Amino acid sequence: MRIELVKRPQRSALFSVLSPFIAFALTIMAGGIMFALLGVNPLDAFNIYFIQPISEVWQLHELAIKAAPLILIAVGLSVCYKANIWNIGAEGQFIFGAIFGSIIPVLFPQFEGPLVIPLMLLLGMVGGAFYASIAAFLKTRFSTNEILTSLMLVYVAQLFLDWLVRGPWRDPEGHGFPQTIQFGDSAVLPELMPDAGRANWGFVFALVAAVAIWLMMSRMLKGFEVRVLGSSPRAGRFAGFGFNRMVFFTFLLSGALAGLAGISEVSGAIGQLQPVISPGYGFTAIIVAFLGRLNPLGIVAAGLVLALTYLGGEAVQSALGISDKVARVFQGMLLFFVLGCDTLIHYRIRLIGMALTKANGTAQLEAAPKLEEAR
Amino acid sequence: MDITVNILLTIATAATPLLIAAIGELVVERSGVLNLGVEGMMIMGAVGGFGAGYLTGSPWIGLLAAIIVGALFSLLFAVMTLSLATNQVATGLSLTLLGLGLSGMIGTSFVGQPGVRLPNLDIPGLSSIPVVGRLIFGQDPVFYISISLTAAVMWFLFRTRTGLTLRSIGDSHTSAHALGIKVIRYRYLAVIFGGACAGLAGGHLSLVYTPQWVENMSAGRGWIALALVVFASWRPWRVLAGAYIFGAVWIGQLHAQAFGIPVPSQFLSSLPYLATIVVLVLISRNKRLTMMNTPASLGQPFVPDR
Repeated sequence: MRIELVKRPQRSALFSVLSPFIAFALTIMAGGIMFALLGVNPLDAFNIYFIQPISEVWQLHELAIKAAPLILIAVGLSVCYKANIWNIGAEGQFIFGAIFGSIIPVLFPQFEGPLVIPLMLLLGMVGGAFYASIAAFLKTRFSTNEILTSLMLVYVAQLFLDWLVRGPWRDPEGHGFPQTIQFGDSAVLPELMPDAGRANWGFVFALVAAVAIWLMMSRMLKGFEVRVLGSSPRAGRFAGFGFNRMVFFTFLLSGALAGLAGISEVSGAIGQLQPVISPGYGFTAIIVAFLGRLNPLGIVAAGLVLALTYLGGEAVQSALGISDKVARVFQGMLLFFVLGCDTLIHYRIRLIGMALTKANGTAQLEAAPKLEEAR
Repeated sequence: MDITVNILLTIATAATPLLIAAIGELVVERSGVLNLGVEGMMIMGAVGGFGAGYLTGSPWIGLLAAIIVGALFSLLFAVMTLSLATNQVATGLSLTLLGLGLSGMIGTSFVGQPGVRLPNLDIPGLSSIPVVGRLIFGQDPVFYISISLTAAVMWFLFRTRTGLTLRSIGDSHTSAHALGIKVIRYRYLAVIFGGACAGLAGGHLSLVYTPQWVENMSAGRGWIALALVVFASWRPWRVLAGAYIFGAVWIGQLHAQAFGIPVPSQFLSSLPYLATIVVLVLISRNKRLTMMNTPASLGQPFVPDR
């Protein structure tokens, strides 16, 4: 059997909308097969994975906590990817945002008041942007591949955080545990509705960022610039849009948003620095960006879906004893199917069976001598 | 003398998986395809190799399983990027993410289990020659595979007609297609070869390097292999040199940690990653050289028209 792609005269609006849904349905089907292979009734598993984790109000708050960093990072990355610039080191920028933002509560715990949180958030954005600027600088100055440098910097950031919390920033009264002191009250990001659940202001930041980036991409010259340079660098050059400026712009923007996500997570959900502060948000956000079709509003929905895969993974681990790595598998499959379904937007897919291929072959054989004659 | 030999041996062991994975990716990229899923294929090979070796008790079956798992996993990438013309960067990334998740899930029951190790070569007489004996005749089997693989790929790419065709596809798939070359078929085979190599590299990790299963045990080696291909300007013998330099860095930082050098271990551990960045910067500084060597249609999707 062979797969053949037939180009559509124009992109299909129908599949543009449908593709994420088809991808989600396919993921569910593949997931069902996986659960069956693991010896679990798929319907039970789906109930535990997708329904139970969001059946009570406090659980929706947990969903918002997981979704906030994913959405924040993914809207930033979507701008990069639209411009055809590949920042895949958001995980490192997330960590550096968390480190920079934690400078105040860890090193100056006596500094209190309403200014603490805004300053921490600002520092977090600076930290993320600073860390992203390394890859941007190497890309623009030495044309070094940004995919590899931004990824390598993730490992460096993880080791740096590990050193900080085991070394100079370790809580001296923490019984030797590798963690910093608990942040003071004025350094903790407030909860939105303390009576109902734990969700904090991070989720609001995520929504604001999504709307702001959506406005920028659809209504402002900068967004147009991003799209032009992404689809045709040559056309962009003729229009006077600088490529190097764009590399810096997208990296600094996505880095700052990842940094904001980092400090919000540490200040809101964790309350101190630890060796590991992220269950791979920076990488999962890549999936969120694509599932949301690189559209900030779609990303909000996609972020909620991917947040659910995290909660579901924890739920099946405790209920069925399946490794919570199942969440990663779901996320990976989802991205695969989204990318595959996106092909349907530009192409029609024709499956050509063996019989037909043979017929084609003979037709070609017959045509060959004629070609020879023509030459 | 003995210490030197031991260090050289460990460097070879550290360099072998990098070399194999990078040689596989080199062939893939020479055909014009950029597969960023090396890390994912490698970790799948590692868990598949460990699992098969652990269940059957035979490290050789483990090694074979690692190769097959890597190849099958790369087939997923091939169908997506070659038949469905998806974005190669994003698809490769998703292959890595899926591989890291899937391997963690499969490997849950393997954690802490004793593995099997491929025995080192031992030729009576030859292997006991002082110094050179162990270096040349006493290493693990995968080491010899890696060296012969490098030589074979060098010969294939630059001395055979098929190799020339493969390189021409990488430089211009449209021209190659116009000449009647089956671009997609060549690329399928190249991608699967790359997957088999990455799987073998993973198998080396879990059957020779540290014969046990540890989650995320590839620790970025797949990404370093990708960087090595760029560093080597797509030449096999430079990949060999690069892999051994990185093997030396990897072993060097481990020894430095063991000797208790007054530098935090985390800084030493980050050296291989920092070295990768430095090396990439040095090599890409020369834009003309990089432009000249990069396969011209690298990473571009290709849909044949009729």
